Amino acid sequence: MNGTKPKRVYFYGTCLVDLFFPDAGMAGIQLLRRAGVEVVFPEGQTCCGQPAFNCGYWEEARDVARTQVALFPEDLPVILPSGSCAGMMKVHYPELFHGQPEEAKVRAFSARVYELTQFLVDVLDVKLQDLGEPVKVTWHSSCHAVRDLGLKGEPQSLIGQLSNVELAPLTREYECCGFGGTFSVRHPEVSGAMVADKIADATATGASVVLSTDGGCLMNVNGALEAKNGKLKVQHIAEFLWERTRAR
Amino acid sequence: MSDARNAILGRLRASGESGDLPALDTAVLERRQWPAAQRPALLRKGMEAVHTEFLEATPNDWPAVIRAFCEREGLKNLLYGPASEAGAALAAAWPAGGTELKPYDRPIEAFKDELFHGVDGGFTGTIGGVAETGSLLLLPGPAEPRLMSLVPPIHIALLRASTIHDTFWSAVKTLGWGRALPPNALMISGPSKTADIEQTLAYGVHGPKRLIVVLVNDLA
Amino acid sequence: MHAENEIHFRDAAAKALLDPQLRANFRRAMDGLIAKRRAQFPDPRDLQDLRDLSTAIRSRSLLCLPELLEQLEASCAKNGIKVHWAETCEQANELILGLLQARGAKTMVKGKSMVSEEMHLNAFLEKHGIEALESDLGEYIIQQDGETPSHIIMPAIHKNKDQIARQFAQKIKDAKYTEDVDELTAMARKVLREKFLNADAGLSGVNFAVAETGTLCLVENEGNGRMSTHVPPIHIAVMGLEKVVARLEDVAPLYAILTRSATGQPVSTYFNLITGPRGEGEKDGPQEVHLVILDNGRSRIYADPQLRATLRCIRCGACMNHCPVYTRVGGHAYEAIYPGPIGKILTPQMEGVGVRHDLIHGSSLCGACGEVCPVEIPIPEILVRLRREATHEDMGSNVAGKGTGRTATEDWAWRLWAGVSKRPGLYRIATWFATRFGKALPASAPLIKNWTQSRTKPVPARRSLSERMRTEGVPHE
Repeated sequence: MNGTKPKRVYFYGTCLVDLFFPDAGMAGIQLLRRAGVEVVFPEGQTCCGQPAFNCGYWEEARDVARTQVALFPEDLPVILPSGSCAGMMKVHYPELFHGQPEEAKVRAFSARVYELTQFLVDVLDVKLQDLGEPVKVTWHSSCHAVRDLGLKGEPQSLIGQLSNVELAPLTREYECCGFGGTFSVRHPEVSGAMVADKIADATATGASVVLSTDGGCLMNVNGALEAKNGKLKVQHIAEFLWERTRAR
Repeated sequence: MSDARNAILGRLRASGESGDLPALDTAVLERRQWPAAQRPALLRKGMEAVHTEFLEATPNDWPAVIRAFCEREGLKNLLYGPASEAGAALAAAWPAGGTELKPYDRPIEAFKDELFHGVDGGFTGTIGGVAETGSLLLLPGPAEPRLMSLVPPIHIALLRASTIHDTFWSAVKTLGWGRALPPNALMISGPSKTADIEQTLAYGVHGPKRLIVVLVNDLA
Repeated sequence: MHAENEIHFRDAAAKALLDPQLRANFRRAMDGLIAKRRAQFPDPRDLQDLRDLSTAIRSRSLLCLPELLEQLEASCAKNGIKVHWAETCEQANELILGLLQARGAKTMVKGKSMVSEEMHLNAFLEKHGIEALESDLGEYIIQQDGETPSHIIMPAIHKNKDQIARQFAQKIKDAKYTEDVDELTAMARKVLREKFLNADAGLSGVNFAVAETGTLCLVENEGNGRMSTHVPPIHIAVMGLEKVVARLEDVAPLYAILTRSATGQPVSTYFNLITGPRGEGEKDGPQEVHLVILDNGRSRIYADPQLRATLRCIRCGACMNHCPVYTRVGGHAYEAIYPGPIGKILTPQMEGVGVRHDLIHGSSLCGACGEVCPVEIPIPEILVRLRREATHEDMGSNVAGKGTGRTATEDWAWRLWAGVSKRPGLYRIATWFATRFGKALPASAPLIKNWTQSRTKPVPARRSLSERMRTEGVPHE
């Protein structure tokens, strides 16, 4: 983008946000719009194909991925409110289409993919003004956002801009929450042990909200907290940022 | 077993997709350099962190320093290599009485029991040290047999400050170890240790319980 | 169909999770190792440069592997080290037995060697009346208790000192019960010293073999490796065929990154370079040194350009130390010689991807292993590749057991998923149903049942984001 801020972007909702966290999707779009960017939300969005890709069903993943890439023909950034799905589209699509006729086209698409907070900080350089009550939060970094996508503290820096928000880090911030897509149902015992540790860690911070940028992690941590009747709330970072900074 | 050899090598060759060799950028190793005067302290810091003990000495008084240590610790005897430079120098300066200097002058087959049960300490020279990691470099051999630095409960090693290299990598290059090596070469960085029980460090599990470095300041 | 004799990691893992002592032992140990490693790499640039260099050295070695092995054999021969080759573990065992029997050896002391674990050498020799005694303290502890290593570097890490204290008091003659680690160590020292003194042979592994000089490099802290290789009259070293590197100066960075990654030490206590048996005029050292080079499936792994990266491994164990799954279930749950992430990619390639299908899926693909690997093995990527191999026999590869993990149910599920997800109209209908009736799905339905073991059932929003966008359009404030 070379310093010039784009005027229009595409928004890709992702299947989990679409179905379980639509408010987070809405908030992400609002944050982009407030930063002066026109948001295009193409119809026909389904899933990035990651579940099938990770399970080794690449043909099926490609069939789906192909239809999704086709939704974003213009040379505009594609913004996702999810580290894992952005990682899939940015890093793993080139692998998935390696040696396929559409490889070059897919690579060009992948180069345009951003995770939401990454785009807000690194490209748009947004400035936030906190209008909310004092609150203590903790941050769960999604493994794929950090390790696939290479996020380097963008979400934390956004949270850091909010004057009334105290960020209490987890003891094991970079440890997986145990979701891992089908891992959570193929190996429910190990996955369950991992998420139990994660919510214990989050609870011990004394925060009242756990934030993340990944639908899978949110669903996992939220489900585990609810099962334990935990008082902690789980929220997508986009929704949290938008709620605290919107004019009322 | 040459059938196995040919089958294995044949399979490896058949999959030989001999691409370009990736370049080796050794800058990260080259960056690790210290002035000669700083190396002894760095080495000492590294070795002391793993319970190595140090005795300071001069080029002239080191035999006396060792002698004093042995008397202080009540060593019955000290194993040495009479044919090694350091061993010969020590013997020449060793007064009669007190700790007995015991030469390692027989094949192990005739010496095993005594070595395992009757020796209090072993004295060897070194051919240098490594500042970065805190290590001694030894070339055991005819003059200083391999087990001298391993079997006795105390190992006393003579190290001249001027022979300390920056890194193991630079030592290998400077000493020409990459071209030819004797049957045994050795790097020692402390007394024998283990953390196999609950990650708790314990010293002297199989080898020496104590490592004493006699550091000779021969820097101009 | 399921692969015959499929080994279910899920069951063993679930069982391990029920042992609070085991979980506490691993968590504490892994937390300590992670912190110690981190302290060894204060500068991220130095770390990355060292990883890149180490990766390049290992990649180069593999590119020239057949040539380097031949060069190693020739250099060793010149130095008086006899080289033997074994395609299988059975061959390697027979070979070693032959060497020992020809010399009338009855007892053998061992330095730590994972390849000998791979061969089940101890059991094989016992069967033939030869005592094979582990002398690494951790290995000694578990051998005494009839167990296998639960970590490749710290084999007895699953035990705490109370357990070891009880075991020693029971199994070592005249031992008294003590929980003092120094005293426990001293007990083992006393027993093992006599064994070193009297052993007819010694066996060790090899950390790096240098082709140019014909040198076997051994990394250790205890000194048992030096005892095993220098005291008995014959030394037999065993190594996987991937362990060779071209030059001694290549070993320096690999050694530096190995100890730092493994246990967070800048250096090990001993770095032992063996370039021959007892030389002219030497008074000790073995009369004979033998090197056994083992294939056991490695040449098959080697043949695949992507999977070949598996062979870069220098066995530091950092991947297991950082693995959230390993940390919780420990090494034994893997029912494999090599546990943890590296084991998850190595074991299925050796034993078959169908038999180990459950293990291949026992990862959340969090990527912590690949992030810390000193030779940048892309473990998550390889796991995904093996998942493909397990369910597809038409990949054109030579992977052991390919296609044998395929089940009609999973096939059908992914086809259904793709059929719906590639047709937006159909997907829209499916989401509409999910938003309206998703709540009604019973928590006991298959898969949902697994999810709800530890969590509440996820409930879809009343209207999906897409539906809101369709009806409301992109929001305007």
